[in-house]
Amino acid sequence: MKKLKKIKIKVNGKIKTIVDKLTLHELINDLKIAITKVAIEFNKEIIDKKRIKKIKLKNKDVIEIVHFIGGG
Amino acid sequence: MRDKLTVANKKFSSRLIVGTGKYKSMTECAKAIKLSGADIVTVAVRRVNISNKNKPLLMDYIDPKKITYLPNTAGCFTSEDALRTLRLAREIGGWKLVKLEVLGDKKNLFPDMIETLKSTEVLSKEGFKVMVYCNDDPLMAKRLENVGASAIMPLAAPIGSGLGILNKINIKIIRNQTKLPLIIDAGLGQASDATIAMELGCDGVLVNTAIAKAKKPFEMAQAFKNAVIAGRQSYLSGRIDKTLMGSPSSPIKGII
Repeated sequence: MKKLKKIKIKVNGKIKTIVDKLTLHELINDLKIAITKVAIEFNKEIIDKKRIKKIKLKNKDVIEIVHFIGGG
Repeated sequence: MRDKLTVANKKFSSRLIVGTGKYKSMTECAKAIKLSGADIVTVAVRRVNISNKNKPLLMDYIDPKKITYLPNTAGCFTSEDALRTLRLAREIGGWKLVKLEVLGDKKNLFPDMIETLKSTEVLSKEGFKVMVYCNDDPLMAKRLENVGASAIMPLAAPIGSGLGILNKINIKIIRNQTKLPLIIDAGLGQASDATIAMELGCDGVLVNTAIAKAKKPFEMAQAFKNAVIAGRQSYLSGRIDKTLMGSPSSPIKGII
């Protein structure tokens, strides 16, 4: 069996090793994050959530996933 | 009261806006908000905790369909950070009514008004309805209005200080010069501070620490609710003139 290539990305400041060819949508699903409650920044660019199925992750991509928390 | 708070053409039944920070738990926060009667709450934008997914989520305790979330840029020290935060907030689910707060000093948390003014202009052009945390300077308030602010939110005193309204004269001057919603943001310590703000003619107050950190937050939430209502009614009722002389309350005629 062919071994899957691994890449390193940064999610919310933490380095994460994932398999190559994963989409941003698959990553969000793997993290069990409710897409309707978050916003996503992909390499410093805010992403329209409808587009995440089309985005393939590459080595060194930087992703920020934010939501609302208590604050003043 | 039928008299409603209007911000960016939206009407709200309560003139008390509350923060959702500093509570012991989400349950406590949600209950205090309910008791305060507020229909707008400020919220912060932060990273999702991807390693601990069992952390309670704000949206599970406070329903954004019933209570208006007001995304806030608390903790931002540059225009760039504030813009990034609010653009992300909008992306979460279409939030356009936002609170801008660009801080300039880590100790006193006073706003950096140069960065704040710049950000207000950019955000207004992008279609945001910006409620702006600012200092109590009437000239700066005017400038914010000129670049498209939706509400002027001067501080009463430093955030979380509990000092109450330090400069009533400036607040009154700002009131007299603007038709925009004027909402006191930050620095209130007790319910009577909210009454004073409303009696000065403010359209509302924003309170977080004074409720969240009171020994009895639920009681304090109710106290602020009543204080805002009382202050508004008092303002609308037209107070008597101040005089240095006494004036008897009972008729002189018929004294035995």
